Amino acid sequence: MSGPSTYNPKSGFEKWIDQRLPLPRLMHDTIQTFPTPRNLNIWYTFGGILTFCLAVQILTGIVLAMHYVANAGLAFDSVEAIMRDVNYGWLIRFMHANGASMFFLAVYIHMFRGLYYGSYKAPRELIWIIGVLIYLLMMATAFFGYVLPWGQMSFWGATVITNLFSAIPVIGSHIATWLWGDFAVGDATLNRFFSLHYLLPFIIAGVVGLHIWALHVPGNNNPLGIDVKSPQDTVPFHPYYTIKDGFYLCLFVIVFAGFVFYAPDFFGNPDNYEQANPLVTPPDIVPEWYLLPFYAMLRSIPNKLMGVIVMGGAIVTLFFLPWLDTSRVRSCRFRPLMKQFFWALVVVCVLLGYCGSQGVDAAIAGIPLLWVARLATLYYFAFFWILMPIIGLIETPKKLPASIAQSVLGDSAAAAAE
Amino acid sequence: MRFALRFTLAAGLVALALPALAAPDAAVNTTRIHPKDGKFSFEGPFGTYDRGALQRGFQVYKEVCAACHGLNHVAFHNLDEAGGPGFTEAQAKAIAAGYKIPAEPNDKGELFDDKGVRLTRAGILADKFPSPYPNEEAARANNSGALPPDLSMVVKARAGGANYVYSIVSGFHQKEPAGFKVTEGKYYNPYFEGWNISMPPPLAANAVSFSDGTKATIDQEAHDVATFLAWASDPKMEERKRMGFGVLIFLVVLSGVLFAAYRKVWADQH
Repeated sequence: MSGPSTYNPKSGFEKWIDQRLPLPRLMHDTIQTFPTPRNLNIWYTFGGILTFCLAVQILTGIVLAMHYVANAGLAFDSVEAIMRDVNYGWLIRFMHANGASMFFLAVYIHMFRGLYYGSYKAPRELIWIIGVLIYLLMMATAFFGYVLPWGQMSFWGATVITNLFSAIPVIGSHIATWLWGDFAVGDATLNRFFSLHYLLPFIIAGVVGLHIWALHVPGNNNPLGIDVKSPQDTVPFHPYYTIKDGFYLCLFVIVFAGFVFYAPDFFGNPDNYEQANPLVTPPDIVPEWYLLPFYAMLRSIPNKLMGVIVMGGAIVTLFFLPWLDTSRVRSCRFRPLMKQFFWALVVVCVLLGYCGSQGVDAAIAGIPLLWVARLATLYYFAFFWILMPIIGLIETPKKLPASIAQSVLGDSAAAAAE
Repeated sequence: MRFALRFTLAAGLVALALPALAAPDAAVNTTRIHPKDGKFSFEGPFGTYDRGALQRGFQVYKEVCAACHGLNHVAFHNLDEAGGPGFTEAQAKAIAAGYKIPAEPNDKGELFDDKGVRLTRAGILADKFPSPYPNEEAARANNSGALPPDLSMVVKARAGGANYVYSIVSGFHQKEPAGFKVTEGKYYNPYFEGWNISMPPPLAANAVSFSDGTKATIDQEAHDVATFLAWASDPKMEERKRMGFGVLIFLVVLSGVLFAAYRKVWADQH
């Protein structure tokens, strides 16, 4: 997509196609000859892994939808019928349920990688922003999906999350009623959530297309964060990165399969094997692990509306990231100060997740987790809105290498190659 | 990294200085105690269900638990399926035939006989275990307002799984600690959240007599019924673990091949 096409149709048939619909040319330029920095490390394989995750979710989801019944009276039993009576239904459902967790695991690694190597900085702002949009769509899809088995956590999770909208002054309760299609979470809610859960993945697939398109204009960033300067700095995507992505994807699938076959309920909540019951509230309503940091932020604010604003703000902040970072240098490899604050952010996000998973009154070593969550939330926002702009201005970056080739191959080899 | 550590420490200290959570000590903390370890045969990546325990556990369910607890998601044909209790098809058919299932309308369109009693028929393999009560209200009315949960998924639906079920059913007959008074009409069971359980002690020594000669102690009965209910919750476990082993071997070999290809492709680039 970027630069002049190197596609050369060989047969008459390929020429005929190329003049009418240059799809082979697009594929050739995109996944075959696309010049890719030669120094991409393991953390850059997660883009391919995420594409795989999306494909797995869509394929298993289509099969599950053939057997699932979106009806408040039948949904729970239909999921159990998938587990017991549908041929390999247990396998398909466990792939789908654990696949969601794997998807989020991969997306978090992918996002932190982008943050560490400054992949959101010019000229890649739109790649990052589209990525945050995908992340938002993923969270919505996962939330809708978690409601579908109609277990206790499905029902009460849906109740808690949709009730957040009622925090909006004046119109809030009307919005909640409109979302439910009823005066509480019920059959109408389940049906629309199923509809949206089936729709959104295809929208994600489309936006992923934009994400990759935007990526292929400036090309990949790389661990050094410096621009590609000569052909010496790159290798063609195929076979160099197809094989590297393939190998790491296979390792990822081993972890995935480990959960599916040996700990399929690891990420689940026992309460969700109990059918939804509007009359019985579970003692602890916990969202899925990938939403826990936001849940901790929400709970750490005493005022409901403020809590919702803070939680939403945590994600909205990410859209502004490209302009909050004032540094000229992209990669944290050359940013000694930023690197430390980055790792502190990783620790803080994990800590927030832990706080979200515990009861409201929980404490660790005598410290109430409520206050841990408050401080962690404070750091999260301070990192993006205060530390990031300031550090960019006061930090003295380390010396950048002259080129990717020189850094990878050494001075002499790079010179010899030229 | 050193800075991150310092930051975390500082954050911790600040949090310490904040007003500590004032939790008034209740007389007795009735949080459920940790379940006993049943040391089940189906634990671990290669664990399988003990067929003898499944059959004995089924007997305990049938003769004791089924009086109040349903098993709505389990069908009689599951009893002769691979990875299950290992009954033959003839045995499963005989078990099914021993149950009365609410009948479909007869050729006159009737669901009730002349006396107003619901018509029934003998169970077949395709049927699921019938519920002991026609509806939730009937179940509650017969149990002083408490609802005996369906047991099809109980092992998956409780934190602690089979160990929890094993501990609950064998956790009665203990002296309650000083300061704790059992609520009227309830029973003391420290493995149950709140310690007051509505279920009366279900098991007694020799409550069932096992045909394989196993001595029917409370612990044995509890262990076997927990095994049976673990299977009821997860009937595909053995198939899942077996397939997983093959899948993992395949993936490891494939990774090796891909790694070799990866090294070869990149050999001229370093």
